[in-house]
Amino acid sequence: MAECHPVGFQWVMEAKSRGAKVIHVDPRFTRTSAVADLHVPLRAGSDIAFLGGLVNYVLQNGLEFRDYLLAYTNAPAILREDFRDTEDLDGLFSGYDPDSRHYDVHTWMYDGAEEVTAAAGERDDTSVGTTHGGRRHREAARAETYGSGGAALTAKPSLDLTLEHERCVYQVLKRHFARYTPEVVEETCGIPVEQFLQVAQAITENSGRERTTAFCYSVGWTQHTVGVQYIRTAAILQTLLGNIGRPGGGILALRGHASIQGSTDIPTLFNILPGYIPMPHAHERLDLDTFVATDSAQAGFWGNMRSYVVSLLKAWWGDAATADNDFCFDYLPRLTGDHGTYQTVMNQLAGECRGYFLVGENPAVGSANAKLQRLGMANLDWLVVRDLQMIESATFWRDGPEIETGELRTEEIPTEVFFLPAAAHTEKDGSFTNTQRLLQWHHQAVEPPGDARSDLWFYYHLGRIIREKLAGSTDPRERPLLDLTWTYPTQGPLDEPDAEAVLREINGVGPDGALSAYTELKYDGSTACGCWIYCGVYAGEHNHAANRQPGHEQSWVAPGWAWAWPANRRILYNRASADPQGRPWSERKRYVWWDGEKAHWTGADVPDFEPTKPPDYEPPEGATAQDALSGTDPFIMQADGKAWLFAPSGLTDGPLPTHYEPAESPVANPLYAQQANPARQVYVDGRNRYHPSGGEPGSEVFPYVFTTYRLTEHHTAGGMSRSLPYLAELQPEFFCEVSPELAAERGLTHLGWATIVSARTAIEARVLVTERMKPLRLRRSDGGTRTIHQVGLPYHWGPNGLSTGDAANELLAVVLDPNVHIQESKAATCDIRPGRRPHGQALLDFVAHYRNRVPEAGEEWEEPS
Amino acid sequence: MNDGHRLSGPLPDPAADAGHPEGHPPRVGFFTDTSVCIGCKACEVACKEWNALPEDGLDLLGQSYDNTGALGASTWRHVAFVEQRAPAMGGAPVDLGMPGIGPPPRSGDGRARTVGEDAENRAEGNGDDDAGALRWLMSSDVCKHCTHAACLDVCPTGALFRTEFGTVVVQDDICNGCGYCVPACPYGVIDIRADNGGAFKCTMCYDRLGVGLEPACAKACPTDSIQFGPLDELRERADRRVAELRELGVDTARLYGEQPDDGVGGDGAFFLLLDEPEIYGLPPDPVVTTRDLPSMWRHAAVAALSVAAGIAASFVVTARRRR
Amino acid sequence: MRHGETPNVPEAATSATSGRSYYGRPILKQPAWKTPDAPLYLFLGGLAGASATTAAVADLTGRPGLARAGRYVAAAGATASVGTLVHDLGRPARFLHMLRVFKPTSPLSVGSWILAPFSAAATAAAVSAATGVLPRWGRTVGIAAGALGPAMCTYTAVLLADTAIPVWHESYRELPFAFAGSALASAGGAALLAAPPADHPPVRRLVVVGAALELAAVTRIERRKDITAEPYRKGRVRTLLTAGRVLTGVGAGLALVGRRNRALSALAGVSLLAGGLCTRFGIFEAGHESARDPKYVVRPQRDRLARQGGR
Ligand SMILES: Nc1nc2c(c(=O)[nH]1)N[C@H]1C(S)=C(S)[C@@H](COP(=O)(O)OP(=O)(O)OC[C@H]3O[C@@H](n4cnc5c(=O)[nH]c(N)nc54)[C@H](O)[C@@H]3O)O[C@H]1N2
Ligand SMILES: Nc1nc2c(c(=O)[nH]1)N[C@H]1C(S)=C(S)[C@@H](COP(=O)(O)OP(=O)(O)OC[C@H]3O[C@@H](n4cnc5c(=O)[nH]c(N)nc54)[C@H](O)[C@@H]3O)O[C@H]1N2
Ligand code: SF4
Ligand code: SF4
Ligand code: SF4
Ligand code: SF4
Ligand code: SF4
Ligand SMILES: [Mo]
Repeated sequence: MAECHPVGFQWVMEAKSRGAKVIHVDPRFTRTSAVADLHVPLRAGSDIAFLGGLVNYVLQNGLEFRDYLLAYTNAPAILREDFRDTEDLDGLFSGYDPDSRHYDVHTWMYDGAEEVTAAAGERDDTSVGTTHGGRRHREAARAETYGSGGAALTAKPSLDLTLEHERCVYQVLKRHFARYTPEVVEETCGIPVEQFLQVAQAITENSGRERTTAFCYSVGWTQHTVGVQYIRTAAILQTLLGNIGRPGGGILALRGHASIQGSTDIPTLFNILPGYIPMPHAHERLDLDTFVATDSAQAGFWGNMRSYVVSLLKAWWGDAATADNDFCFDYLPRLTGDHGTYQTVMNQLAGECRGYFLVGENPAVGSANAKLQRLGMANLDWLVVRDLQMIESATFWRDGPEIETGELRTEEIPTEVFFLPAAAHTEKDGSFTNTQRLLQWHHQAVEPPGDARSDLWFYYHLGRIIREKLAGSTDPRERPLLDLTWTYPTQGPLDEPDAEAVLREINGVGPDGALSAYTELKYDGSTACGCWIYCGVYAGEHNHAANRQPGHEQSWVAPGWAWAWPANRRILYNRASADPQGRPWSERKRYVWWDGEKAHWTGADVPDFEPTKPPDYEPPEGATAQDALSGTDPFIMQADGKAWLFAPSGLTDGPLPTHYEPAESPVANPLYAQQANPARQVYVDGRNRYHPSGGEPGSEVFPYVFTTYRLTEHHTAGGMSRSLPYLAELQPEFFCEVSPELAAERGLTHLGWATIVSARTAIEARVLVTERMKPLRLRRSDGGTRTIHQVGLPYHWGPNGLSTGDAANELLAVVLDPNVHIQESKAATCDIRPGRRPHGQALLDFVAHYRNRVPEAGEEWEEPS
Repeated sequence: MNDGHRLSGPLPDPAADAGHPEGHPPRVGFFTDTSVCIGCKACEVACKEWNALPEDGLDLLGQSYDNTGALGASTWRHVAFVEQRAPAMGGAPVDLGMPGIGPPPRSGDGRARTVGEDAENRAEGNGDDDAGALRWLMSSDVCKHCTHAACLDVCPTGALFRTEFGTVVVQDDICNGCGYCVPACPYGVIDIRADNGGAFKCTMCYDRLGVGLEPACAKACPTDSIQFGPLDELRERADRRVAELRELGVDTARLYGEQPDDGVGGDGAFFLLLDEPEIYGLPPDPVVTTRDLPSMWRHAAVAALSVAAGIAASFVVTARRRR
Repeated sequence: MRHGETPNVPEAATSATSGRSYYGRPILKQPAWKTPDAPLYLFLGGLAGASATTAAVADLTGRPGLARAGRYVAAAGATASVGTLVHDLGRPARFLHMLRVFKPTSPLSVGSWILAPFSAAATAAAVSAATGVLPRWGRTVGIAAGALGPAMCTYTAVLLADTAIPVWHESYRELPFAFAGSALASAGGAALLAAPPADHPPVRRLVVVGAALELAAVTRIERRKDITAEPYRKGRVRTLLTAGRVLTGVGAGLALVGRRNRALSALAGVSLLAGGLCTRFGIFEAGHESARDPKYVVRPQRDRLARQGGR
């Protein structure tokens, strides 16, 4: 966190100075470790074992927060009889189909939920049923729609509040994690038992009524074929300990680009609409009613989905959207399958994707298997790059690595590349939505240089011109474009659209102007709202994102600084900070509570609950949406109002987290016969060769683990830092970090050169020998130990800019988490040797030589296990 | 100049001593608390941005994450990175000194490890071995704005001067590049910029102080490792912080340059260090050279007289002979 | 460090870290002064200074030949010395900023205020001597230059000593005498070359006095016990200083034996000048050496702290 969120890290340092204990879990000793109370090095890709060990420690020693658990989680829920756990199937859950490599998820449901699956026919996502999951679900990475709440679920489970029932979630959980003992943790992660117990005690002692523990994570936890399950494990632990919805608790995703949170709220993703409304799938007879059917039927705030969707359609198609034409629901694009970035690259290679907009992204350096990215872009008719700098993704056709190796010849590349300089955030108004869901407004400081234009300018004027060209067309397929509300006031010498006007549209308007809360949204078309969760940011015709009330002038929750979605709430699900009766769990941790006199929820933050719903409220028969949630259901975006220890719905690779090895690992899974995530997404392609894993023959060819990461001094693919002298001089060259032991083993010398090899290609880097890289000793079941060496590779470099070097992403294969399509860039295998790499054809031969050393290369190990 | 205090020893108000009238602002400075530095280098970048300093070298130095190397004419903030093993129980921390860097270990510091040794020395198991826990020290260095600034004392042109804030600043339009300040600085801070021949160093953002802004580096520092303010307040804060750290068992915490009666009369920019100053590249006990200037002049005078005497003598003898 | 420091910092730390520094990097900056400019400046200043005084005294004791020679040397030396100073500046155009202020705390300022009038007087005296115009005035300025001469010989010692460079600073007591002696010897050497033999006897005595003073002082500097004198005894510096010692010694010897032999006297002159040059270059070089290696900064400071019982 100190490396990549240094400004946010100031608060960690402040907490530390107030006595907080900081524990850093990371394969490497980083700038964060330097100021942490404890650094826990572990093998990249082994966190589920580590976190699972903590869950087990809590359950075995009865350290969970019982009252919280019983009232606010699905621990008492009873599961179906035909559900089978990894305990029973040695690493698989019930419903796995080895041929399609998918799960049929219906056995994961709560007991008694079958009946309702009958309604499946009407559901948009036909293959799924009320339980989200399965193939179609995976293709669409539907899990991403849970950015603001859980999966649909129509059946309330039967409960056993004694938690004794052998099929209740609590007992299943206990059995599932029983094998994650401290010894197994050492065996898997290389964390010594004593150190593990040290962490376990620190966390449990700091949780409960009086204290809370927070987890901060970022892509060290997500960029795995089991990324989503990493977070699930942390969620289970935090829920058991009662650390969700309470001050000082939570699982804090430290997000990436300045507004990457914003880019999922108002998505640049193919599969969701603003506010995490799923993108409709393409199939017959899908109208608005059937689209929102399941969700409307369910409890919780997703029950109002129709209002959100209708208001969105009104915002986009205005007067053209009427009840009679289903509010132009048919204008919405439809999903025909996976259109994620990596699948799109495959489509480019297959010649199916002919044109490509590259806006604020540098895949030639930043995306896994960079060669694949470039080959894809080299197989287009046209490519539009909008960027601040001449990035590698804009020049690959001229000077990319494949030109040097002769794999590509400039004159033979069909792609016509258009480079359109973009304005930076300092050159335009707009908002960033940060990690804490805070919308923070930034004001233009200078006019963009030369031809540079803001993205808002680009898309507005592009749309304007297209609409002008189509004007008068009678072709019905042009209607969606021509009916769009495309009237934004422009200003300044460059006709820059007014960003605040866009914010107001996003906020939403009703008959009396700007709306102030999403609860005001209507399904009859009388309101328009571009993103329901952002509703209120422009309340009272005021840009609350621009609020900058100094800390000392307001409460410690600081509601006067910017605006947080939803409803300027700083902590989500904060109803859980009070006990079922609505009293604070403790004085020390009081946050939001029920005021009996005023019959109103009150406290330091905006209650994440209907302000007047009493703790003893019980839903009447047939109640829907929020009314169907009781006064003790804090998780109001969840269909059952509870935190899910067990996820009966919504995941494609298991209702419970299970330790699987990374797709490429030198270690055989110590816990199960199942080596890697069986549902992980693979791309079988000669240019995307996978390594043998675990004990498989040939795995010794790539004996070392490597992980990729960031440096404070550079930014992601480097376009914004390698081009700046002040940053380039701070980390002037690509380097790899190795331990003295590995250096000795491989004859690597400090500041000398190393060549790092994978089945994809080989790259070269200067060597930093440092004890911050620690060889890990894995306990072997036979009692002995096995040493695992890890190579550290910052991934910022590429051939362009002031500070240049090979890109770490050349080494990686594309293999993805099945839930959200994120690549496994945090753990893979490689070989490393002293000296520089060959160039030109010699490089291809060099890599081919390595590939040939792998027995029966091909299918065999492209689809392991 | 025979008044000792003007050349060394405690001096309550350097600005007044330099002739700034009553009512000048209080003396300001930096307290850099290296125990909370996260090595983000925001200070280095902020300084270069604000002062429009040139980039000075794209070299991978292999000194841990430090590719800046040292303070210089174009680098007014420098973040040092030291990787070492702090012994579990007492004893000297072992500087890991990134193998292969700098001159081979000199007698007396044979403790600096080499790769080979390391492999052997390493105890089995993942727990931190006998050599103790890994420590990564980071510290942002800067001009000390000495109470008795040798650079200023020796500057023949008056380009270097004492501001009303008690800081030491070079006036570029006056500096003639004589280079005297360079060897005079006991901390090796100020230097001549090759391309334009002038001397440059930290100005404590004189231009920002003037309009009531804090220096750019302090402003940018996310963890308040760099604390800017009136020197008296900073000294109190620093004393409290050291006490606090000792409470927590950080025995190696010590202040550097904080005491008004040290060799330079106390630094305007002082530090909280976690190891010996020289480990960070700081002199352990710097003394302002001009402390001895009066005595130097006396010796020179005597020597000059002996020249005169020597010559006179050689001739007087002759004169007598002639008679 | 004496202050604000815990007594319970492990004793071992001192010995373990003493002489160490950050990745073995220098703690001090290399002196910005260039070779040969700077050492020449030191040499020429001394030569000119001593010659001017010699000329003045010769004039007063009725040795016009020697006086004339001395004035020429003084003028040439002074001019050249100004030349090297200007050339060594980062911004030569701003040479006159040297006279912007008078700062007793800056040996270079004081030096400039000595050098300026001296070179003016010395040059004027030489011109008058050469052209014969305004002879009386010429003599007066010549004597004025002579009066400033001794200061010219020794302020450069303070110039070096008033720095953080250990070898220079720590020998601030001896340096002025070394420079004084070497100035006398060099001036003598020059006189042996330029003055009529009849005037040589005083010059020879001058040479002996100067050589003796220089050798004594330099030897004292080199022999100093503490580590800061080490650079004087190592490598190129050692060679230069030894050469200087031998040349000066030989020069003095020849000067004595070569009484009636012009050639030998000339040789003595050359040898003395060369000796002076070597000594100046040697001492200047030593400064760079001691700035380069951090141990010359750290060890003495550590020892001082230990002596003060700081820990
Ligand atoms: N200076 C700087 N700041 C940035 C960025 C930048 O490029 N530069 N990028 C921004 C973006 S886009 C993002 S997404 C964030 C990312 O922020 P981070 O996630 O902090 O960035 P990384 O360095 O990629 O990964 C963090 C750490 O994960 C560790 N790691 C690798 N594998 C594992 C594992 O299996 N388990 C555990 N526990 N740790 C592992 C790595 O050693 C690394 O230290 O940073 C943002 N901030
Ligand atoms: N091996 C490995 N690979 C990784 C990761 C890893 O940890 N390891 N991390 C992954 C993560 S988390 C991320 S986020 C990606 C990042 O990978 P990319 O997004 O591909 O790389 P960036 O350099 O962030 O690209 C952003 C570009 O946007 C440009 N830009 C900046 N502002 C604007 C603007 O306002 N408008 C426009 N049009 N352009 C702008 C910048 O100049 C820059 O070139 O990398 C991923 N790849
Ligand atoms: S770069 Fe921007 S977003 Fe990242 S830490 Fe610094 S201030 Fe925060
Ligand atoms: S540290 Fe050096 S440059 Fe800075 S004031 Fe002191 S003497 Fe001058
Ligand atoms: S270089 Fe400039 S600042 Fe330094 S002493 Fe000479 S004149 Fe003064
Ligand atoms: S005070 Fe100003 S000039 Fe000095 S280091 Fe900080 S930013 Fe640079
Ligand atoms: S001093 Fe502050 S800004 Fe500088 S590196 Fe340390 S933490 Fe970053
Ligand atoms: Mo990211």
